[in-house]
Amino acid sequence: MIELLLLPLLVGCLVALISAPLGAFVMWNRLVYFGDTLAHSALLGVAFALLFSLTPSVGIALSCIVIAVLLWLLQKRSRLANDSLLGIISHSSLALGLVCVSLMADTRIDLHAYLFGDLLTVTMHDAATIAAIAVIIFIGVGLTWRGLLMMTIDQHLAQVEGVQVERLRLLLMVFIALLIGIAMKVVGILLITALLIIPAASARKVTRSPEAMVIVAALIALSSVCLGLAASYFFDTPPGASIVLSGTCFFITTQCLAKR
Amino acid sequence: MTEPLMQLTKVNVTLTNHAILHDVSCTIERGQITTIIGPNGAGKSTLVKVIVGLETATTGRIDYPQGKLRVGYMPQSLFVDQSMPIKVGRFLSLVGKQKPTHAEREHALTLVDMLHVLDKPLHALSGGEFQRVLLARAILQKPDLMVLDEPMQGVDINGQAKLYKLIAKLRDSLNCAVVMVSHDLHLVMAQTDNVLCLNGHICCHGQPKNVSRHPEYLKLFGAQVSENLAVYAHNHDHHHTPQGDVVNCSDECDHHHD
Repeated sequence: MIELLLLPLLVGCLVALISAPLGAFVMWNRLVYFGDTLAHSALLGVAFALLFSLTPSVGIALSCIVIAVLLWLLQKRSRLANDSLLGIISHSSLALGLVCVSLMADTRIDLHAYLFGDLLTVTMHDAATIAAIAVIIFIGVGLTWRGLLMMTIDQHLAQVEGVQVERLRLLLMVFIALLIGIAMKVVGILLITALLIIPAASARKVTRSPEAMVIVAALIALSSVCLGLAASYFFDTPPGASIVLSGTCFFITTQCLAKR
Repeated sequence: MTEPLMQLTKVNVTLTNHAILHDVSCTIERGQITTIIGPNGAGKSTLVKVIVGLETATTGRIDYPQGKLRVGYMPQSLFVDQSMPIKVGRFLSLVGKQKPTHAEREHALTLVDMLHVLDKPLHALSGGEFQRVLLARAILQKPDLMVLDEPMQGVDINGQAKLYKLIAKLRDSLNCAVVMVSHDLHLVMAQTDNVLCLNGHICCHGQPKNVSRHPEYLKLFGAQVSENLAVYAHNHDHHHTPQGDVVNCSDECDHHHD
């Protein structure tokens, strides 16, 4: 029984590691709602994947990239990309995804698995796709780290100093889209933002540099995955929700620690 | 006479059918401080953005007779999100394409008299301290041209006088040109070499040599500080309608302009 947990644990840890740096950037750049919008549009990606018989992760990543580029263009053109616009796109795409999936009635799919994660049924094939995407994000963020930080601090300043701000912003959005594609398997569409934000927010109060914050966030995310899976094993709770709740416990703990 | 660092010729900027800058021409020379003054909405920040390259001129020419410039830019406002933990030293390492060395960072902070904040969290600084750190950041660019958009924001009156003095000192030690925006029409430092009065177009420009000392300021700052403060007294030979159009007038305005 325990070896059945090995692959889920591995995949969960991989996603946790990648979500730490991106979660930090989502927080610093105030992209929480943006991440939420992408996550909600992921169901469209599921329908997409079914239609063209792709791996769900790839389908979701592709559809999220399309939405991300769309938002990036809208943001560049005008000031349309405010809360309301994100809200409209977020819920419209979720609704559209639900309708599309229900229209494909002949292909029976477990909606619950997509909405709340399905870590325990992860296959070797899933794991390989997730690992490949994770490596791409890891290398990408590593190479652009300094520019991303400069852009986060002030985009005009970064631009004057020769950072390709627009390109980097698009890249960050693509990374987030890719992450949502692989995180869906772990915690599900509705809980992805939690996986991004909670470890980063927990690490904020106990660290003093951006790098330290990311490392602590990664450790917290890893621990949350381990704890969540253990809880799921012993108490038979849903793994995705258990992982998020473990993160919440860490958040409360660090908030209390920092007060002293 | 050396060649100027930068030359703007009849620069126009129109944003969404709204003319922001109209036929602005000016030159920026090494070792000179140019202060841009003008009322709200005069296009001061837009002109600064054109100078640093954040805004492109709709029409007009911008020349760099001495080649491409290294620009140290201090934006009007900079709020590092509270959610990012960062110390001053690390903040200063995120400058330009090449990471400045530790010695360079310490040197820049020493120049602005802020070495003691090196290991402090950025969010713990006061407004005046933060402005100085931003100035140190601009210094680290080893600039040919320092562009400071309202550097006095959040700095109290005494701190302002010190900051003006510091900027003048930096101009000498870095041998660069300085362009800054001052929101205050009257408060222009004696070390300013050039004043550029902007209101969509350049109303007038020149050296604040003939500046008279305003008794109100003497009273406010005392004799010592007032050495660095002066009033750029100027009269217009034209007036503006509420829309900003120029209306010529004959007798009450007495000095020359473009």
